[in-house]
Amino acid sequence: MKQFSTWQVLKNGFINQKGWKRQWEDAAPKKNYDIIIVGGGLHGLATAYYLAKNFKLKNIAVLEKNWIGGGNAGRNTTIIRSNYMLKGNREFYEHSLKLWENLSHELNYNVMFSQRSHVSLYHSPSAIDNASRRYNIMLNTGSDAELWSLKTLKKKIPHLNYSDDSRFPIYGALVQKRAGTARHDAVAWGYARAANNLGVDIIQNCEVNGVITKNNNIVSLNTSKGNIQGGKVGFAVAGHSSILWQMANLGNLPIESHKLQAFVTEPIKPLLDQVVVFSVGGAHFYISQSDKGGLVFGGDIDWYKSYAQKGNLPIVQDVAECAISVLPCISRLKLLRHWSGVVDMSMDGSFFICKTPLNNLYLNAGWNYGGFKASPASGWYFADLIANDRPNRVIQNHNLKRFEKGYQIDERGAGPDPKLHG
Amino acid sequence: MLFIKCPYCGERDESEFHYGGEADISRPEEPSKLKDIEWGNYLFMKKNTKGIFSEIWSHSSGCRKWFRVDRNTVTNDIIRVYEINK
Repeated sequence: MKQFSTWQVLKNGFINQKGWKRQWEDAAPKKNYDIIIVGGGLHGLATAYYLAKNFKLKNIAVLEKNWIGGGNAGRNTTIIRSNYMLKGNREFYEHSLKLWENLSHELNYNVMFSQRSHVSLYHSPSAIDNASRRYNIMLNTGSDAELWSLKTLKKKIPHLNYSDDSRFPIYGALVQKRAGTARHDAVAWGYARAANNLGVDIIQNCEVNGVITKNNNIVSLNTSKGNIQGGKVGFAVAGHSSILWQMANLGNLPIESHKLQAFVTEPIKPLLDQVVVFSVGGAHFYISQSDKGGLVFGGDIDWYKSYAQKGNLPIVQDVAECAISVLPCISRLKLLRHWSGVVDMSMDGSFFICKTPLNNLYLNAGWNYGGFKASPASGWYFADLIANDRPNRVIQNHNLKRFEKGYQIDERGAGPDPKLHG
Repeated sequence: MLFIKCPYCGERDESEFHYGGEADISRPEEPSKLKDIEWGNYLFMKKNTKGIFSEIWSHSSGCRKWFRVDRNTVTNDIIRVYEINK
């Protein structure tokens, strides 16, 4: 693999950009792999990369049913933050943010990580108490957090709706300055390229449609490109985790698949320098401006489970109302694109990186509406689990047993209803 | 937009309804006699069907009654709407 560098850019400028090569190889499957990761999204690709990089493992394949970066990797609002509070989540997302901070260098690929601040508006005096607790925990565990008064907020983001008669008046904001956004496609391509460079086979258009087991072990996977044997198998197919789980005859998962919609407007001149969230004590809405100028935003999940990759209209209306109530100046912008992704909504709003009833199967699932930010750490800890056959201390409670034991990791305190964790 | 034909009020659009999730989950008769894993399965494990799925809805902005819907979770087509005990 050719390293990208300033020199390469200059050199290719002189030779009509003809020196660039394909960045990763579109492999055909071999009969047998030591490790198979099912799912070529950001989590699967990151897992393969860290298996090869951190543990020097070889003979790894990533199976993707469509093309890499074509699922939820390309269907999100690219927000990265670590403002999680509960034990396990706190360390996990902080580690993820630290990996993001060096990811472009690590992968030699510009993922356009922009630490532009995550500004969480609060809308009632009790919201500030609640949110201060969260942000104090962040401060005390090595992260960054700030409380902005209304005066500071007005100075930093002057065009929000500060009127006193709005339904949810703005009182101030809680801010994580190291948070921000990244380019989702670049993350998929960067991980694929780096993993492929370390010998990982990335196999596209290869859908798993059968799991062959024997004596509590997976022997092989039936795929649309033939039967593939694997020593260890990892599932990283959030959105469709239940389907694969049932294919392996393992019963049900504490997951419902729901749809999350997102929207992009026509591009405009720079308007919003931060990620702004209309949240604590108010509605649920988040918005940022992409480098191309489009406003990227989203809100709640659709209120019923579905695998349809198209959203429902009441949520379109709801999100549009939120957008206009917090940023009235965008009311006449046209929507350019709109999409919906199928997400694993877990029963307590937290993820799973864990061992399973089958000896050589490992599960990575339940990312709810926020898997993008988690991608690097998800790959990191999932690789650690697969390589060492034991969970890391940080994610030791992110397993399926937490439900029967009553140790749910419910960041939002919403109870056992998956649609409420959005 | 889903149009759901409430068995009591007729067809209305989805924003009048509240989603209740998977049908046929009944509370165990004697919870104290269950093992932890059985209680966990009752409370948390979901079929999460891709395809035709039986679920319950409530007409929360109308007659407030619960009823059953068979819906295709891939296309969102509603196959059948019926009263809860039928």
